[in-house]
Amino acid sequence: MIGVLDYGQGNLYNARNGLRRAGAKRVKVVETRSEIDKCSALVIPGVGSFSEAMKKLEPLRSCLREFVGEGKPLLGICLGMQVLFEEGEEGGKTVGLGLLAGSVRKLRGASKLPHIGWNSVLSNKRAGVPESLLWKGLPENPFFYFVHSYAGVPVEESVIIGRTEYGKKFVSAVQRRNVFGVQFHPEKSGKNGEKVLANFVELTEKWK
Amino acid sequence: MLAKRIIACLDVKGGRVVKGVRFRDLRDAGDPVVLAERYCKEGVDEIVFLDISASAGKRRTRRDWVKRAARRLDVPFTVGGGVSSLDDIRALLRAGADKVSVNSAAVLNPRLIAEASRTFGSQCIVSAIDAKRTGADWEVYVYGGTTPTGKNAVEWAVECERFGAGEILLTSMDADGTKNGFDVGLTRAVSEVANIPVIASGGAGRMQDFVQVFKQGKADAVLAASLFHYGKLSVPSLKEYLKLQGILVRME
Repeated sequence: MIGVLDYGQGNLYNARNGLRRAGAKRVKVVETRSEIDKCSALVIPGVGSFSEAMKKLEPLRSCLREFVGEGKPLLGICLGMQVLFEEGEEGGKTVGLGLLAGSVRKLRGASKLPHIGWNSVLSNKRAGVPESLLWKGLPENPFFYFVHSYAGVPVEESVIIGRTEYGKKFVSAVQRRNVFGVQFHPEKSGKNGEKVLANFVELTEKWK
Repeated sequence: MLAKRIIACLDVKGGRVVKGVRFRDLRDAGDPVVLAERYCKEGVDEIVFLDISASAGKRRTRRDWVKRAARRLDVPFTVGGGVSSLDDIRALLRAGADKVSVNSAAVLNPRLIAEASRTFGSQCIVSAIDAKRTGADWEVYVYGGTTPTGKNAVEWAVECERFGAGEILLTSMDADGTKNGFDVGLTRAVSEVANIPVIASGGAGRMQDFVQVFKQGKADAVLAASLFHYGKLSVPSLKEYLKLQGILVRME
């Protein structure tokens, strides 16, 4: 079963609807530690501010660490990706979940914020770097729907699986083993988004 | 790079699409969700539903289609029309709308935008502005374009941004329905002062009109209704054309 984490932020049902359209058979909105423990994979959705989100997520910190430690797949979407990092600056400096090394900063070099609309993700095609399973079956530089003003800045180059250009380039997708994060909204990104979610659903089944 | 967006607008009254509908093959072409789904399949980037029901009561009792839209649509959608309070906005967002557009109520009570963006985030608050040329400027009209407000449209757009609106949906009342092209001057005047995306609306007739409003008008997105509904123009052919004209659009 794939859990969609309810931590008081919006967009909860959209993520669930998107997973269902992508073929997930069992999706449940979860809130407590015991509910999370029953899941084989977890999605952290989210629209909202980093500091507000962390107030709700703080009590789940150890639970989420254990979840990831067991090798279960976790996907953070938008704000859900941002909270995976160690620190954010939105709404004042706030400690994040720390599942990925790095911080979350305001987008720089852009003329208009928030960054709203369809933009393409340039996936990693450097020699020797394997493509993430998340990108399986997608076209070159696929378009996805973005709505955000902040983005993660990872310490380790190796976790970056996608970058996007808006003013300057920012990191729009990450993966560290079983931890995935996308800055865009796959549940609102047409066929490409559905493919990403279907890939996550598929690898969730493999991981079991 | 960020793509320019093509948005289809559907007028909904009592839960049904009211303007002419070209998709004869659809089982229920009057159903807003069925029609919006078809536009999604054709590659439209966003949907705007404008609820033109006469009374607030009728709008509220017909919210079921918003929930269905949230389950079925895989692109973002906005709901607007008669939105007058924080509670209205909350109800629409809870039903699954990605964004809510606010028009007359914001002009009468600008604090509504400020409160809404603080409560729900700027990204989901669209400020809809109906503007009509008066001399060298444009004036804001409310109540479906029936009532002048004395406000300068460009200045009002700047204020909306300051209050926290995430986008501006700018309709030219002079151009609306004419099919003679967008009001490029109005669009450009607002785009040049706004630091948030501007959606140009009203007047789309030919594919060249879209090129003009993107290039000269500096619009971030365009909205069209009847042009798509009556089959004068299909979304895929429009996007192909824009691409050839050097405008970046989303292709799947």
